[in-house]
Amino acid sequence: MASDIRYLNPISIEIKKDKYCRFKKSGIKYVDYKNPDYLIKFINEQGKILPRRLTGTSQKYQKKVNKAVKRARHLAILPYVADMMK
Amino acid sequence: MNRYETVFILTPVLSEEQAKEAVKVFEGYITKNGGTIKHQEFWGMRKMAYPIQKKTTGFYNLIEFEADGELIRKLEIEYKRDERIMRFLTVSMDKHHVAFAEKTRKQASA
Repeated sequence: MASDIRYLNPISIEIKKDKYCRFKKSGIKYVDYKNPDYLIKFINEQGKILPRRLTGTSQKYQKKVNKAVKRARHLAILPYVADMMK
Repeated sequence: MNRYETVFILTPVLSEEQAKEAVKVFEGYITKNGGTIKHQEFWGMRKMAYPIQKKTTGFYNLIEFEADGELIRKLEIEYKRDERIMRFLTVSMDKHHVAFAEKTRKQASA
């Protein structure tokens, strides 16, 4: 009888959301290193830069993000190492 | 002539007037050596993300200017000689950066 289990609602299978590059979508051409509130989207709670694979940023803009984060770290706008940033 | 943007952090030991004076000195240095200042922004006392020279705060200042590349080397030597400056960063601005800076300035004034 185990094979006779019926569900009232079809089992929802998680559909993977399509990733997109937020810079291309919103037409941002320059990533500012002086704005920590924006750059925080691209780092994890330890202060590490998130990979493209997770954020969906295109290579062209990932390079710019990396540069901006590194500049911000140099000027103590962002920390090099952190704990519980988010 | 290229456009550059320089940010530096002054020690919190100074008073606000002294910090502004130090900024004036560097502005004067840029103009004296053939640069033209486009924009200047004093961010005031700010908390830093990590301590530098055992200090947790500092006066941030931004200068945007046009100059020949030769000046940058001299300016950075000048920064290193000055004990009031804890950290500095000079970047050359590409056209997107210039457009971004001008747009944010316009928004701030409006």
